[in-house]
Amino acid sequence: MAPHGTGTWVYAVASAIPRDALADVAGVGGNSVRALEAGGLAAAVETVSLEDFGEQPLREHLEDLDWLDKTARLHHQVVGVVAGHGPVVPMRLALVFRDDDGVARMLAERRGDFAASLERVTARVEWGVKVYALPERRAEPKHEVEAGSQSPGLAYLNRRRAELAKRDAEVQADVAAAEQVHAELQALAAAAQLRPPQHPRLAGRSERNILNGAYLVDVERADEFAAAVRRLAARYGDLRVELTGPWPPYSFAAAPELAAMTGGLDDAR
Amino acid sequence: MTLDDGVAKGYGGHGQVPVRPHRASSPAFSDRPVALVDLLDRLLAGGVVISGDIRLAIADVDLVTISLQALISSVETAFPGPRSD
Repeated sequence: MAPHGTGTWVYAVASAIPRDALADVAGVGGNSVRALEAGGLAAAVETVSLEDFGEQPLREHLEDLDWLDKTARLHHQVVGVVAGHGPVVPMRLALVFRDDDGVARMLAERRGDFAASLERVTARVEWGVKVYALPERRAEPKHEVEAGSQSPGLAYLNRRRAELAKRDAEVQADVAAAEQVHAELQALAAAAQLRPPQHPRLAGRSERNILNGAYLVDVERADEFAAAVRRLAARYGDLRVELTGPWPPYSFAAAPELAAMTGGLDDAR
Repeated sequence: MTLDDGVAKGYGGHGQVPVRPHRASSPAFSDRPVALVDLLDRLLAGGVVISGDIRLAIADVDLVTISLQALISSVETAFPGPRSD
């Protein structure tokens, strides 16, 4: 049914998407974003041209930061609109089916998995918490070594050793603090996930990202969670604690029911 | 382009934290700017990837590698610092 040269981009899956919810939403390919219903579920989809969203063009586009930025934000925006109407399972960026029928079949076949995932994220949102070690510590008295009793070379070595030991201790203290932050936030969350720390340059910071966590939190515990972040930030003055969100449950929609879906990806390509 | 301009908030340990308005029934997600780096963290590594009748789904590693390389080189151009440590 789909004409040659198009595919169906999938944004998110929900139990239902209200009529007109997607009416004014811009899609990644400039076409209208639609709700596709099958298997008792609804997916937000868009027909995209393979001129831009076929494998090779997409790979090229992904190396274009402006394109990636724009596309990621549009994808995120659609997911957010769907999430505003109820529980949502977001799809990863760049999931393109052959046509609408393929999406419909997938929804029908995976109905139970999606239902379980949707239930898991119902009335919950994702919060991001990042902890940074500050590049400059609070001022401390210098470790002075009696210079008079030592050769200049030995004094230098001792001073250097003391500096390194101090830095080592600082790093260990930072990591222990970050672990404590994670433990206390995890206790308030329905689920938690640690991501690899962000590259300082990606974040445009010189501070070292030592914790990059995502927390699935009951909507009604949002204030409690924010207060805990505030308290932890105050407790650890040598760290900077940053809260982002609320996010649609990107980090949790796939687990555990839908995690198995990632397994066959290579076969499908 | 500034990757940093959408960072929601930073808690510097000074106590003041703006808490966003948050409707329990239907939290609003889409109306606030977010940092691209945080978004890509989720869109490239999170979300569901499905095998099946698909035309394309880029494997995690490929996608992340490609985009992070693009990001790093771009950011290095945009931000001369910070010096490496």
